Amino acid sequence: MARTLLTIPKTAQRGEVIEIRTLIAHKMDPGYLPDSQGQRIPRDIIQRFACRYNGEQVFSAELFPAVSANPYLVFYLVAAESGTLEFEWQGDNGFTQTERVPITVT
Amino acid sequence: MKLSMKLPLERRANSLESSPTSSRENHPASPAPGRRDVLALGVGLAGAAFVRPAAAQADELTAAVAAHAGGAAVRPGRVKLEVAKLVDNGNVVPVSVSVDSPMTAADHVTSIAIFNEKNPQRDIAKFAFGPRSGKASVSTRIRLATSQKLVAVARLSDGSYWSDTADVIVVLAACIDGEA
Repeated sequence: MARTLLTIPKTAQRGEVIEIRTLIAHKMDPGYLPDSQGQRIPRDIIQRFACRYNGEQVFSAELFPAVSANPYLVFYLVAAESGTLEFEWQGDNGFTQTERVPITVT
Repeated sequence: MKLSMKLPLERRANSLESSPTSSRENHPASPAPGRRDVLALGVGLAGAAFVRPAAAQADELTAAVAAHAGGAAVRPGRVKLEVAKLVDNGNVVPVSVSVDSPMTAADHVTSIAIFNEKNPQRDIAKFAFGPRSGKASVSTRIRLATSQKLVAVARLSDGSYWSDTADVIVVLAACIDGEA
């Protein structure tokens, strides 16, 4: 399980636009670099990121090798109802990780 | 320039490779592949992996943007692509794209895509939004192999495409200079 850093407001007003910041530890090998022996390191990146708000997808991203290591994404959501925000990352070599964070909307 | 010299060398090397045993008989005037030819071919191939003629890459960028838009017109405007003009470390370049949009069900941004000019691949990232996004804005960190142009293309819910470009000067290239 890669380490993740998720910044979400603990509470929000109904209808307020909130900022979500996500960071996940991942090498994001682009597939163009040689290792110490001179062999090309194969591509190993996170390709997809999705954010689901109470089950409904509200944001998604398709990432390519040009995204830096430890992919950092900042996006926005409308705080509609209390519930769970689910963040999912999928990548090469079967990499998949899901994190769930509760959100309280008053 | 070295790049323009690369093509004649490749063609000459190919003709030599295609007839390895008979090269001496068929071309008595030219010498057998010497060390200098092999080195030049190697440098040409290695250089070709990352540095390619600028015109070809600019065409590829417009082709990538056109393919993303599915042939629809991509108009400059409405999109704001924010990136530093001078970047010290090409491995971690903060980039922000935002579109001024009410983000209602009737009028919102559906996607934002970022393309580049001179990395090995044109695509950088593609993001999908909806009315529940609240704000059509995304930030991330990207890799840039050299000083180049970036293009951000936004698709609106009415099917129109808008774009913004930015020129970035990169001091330390990602993946070529130093560590990744």
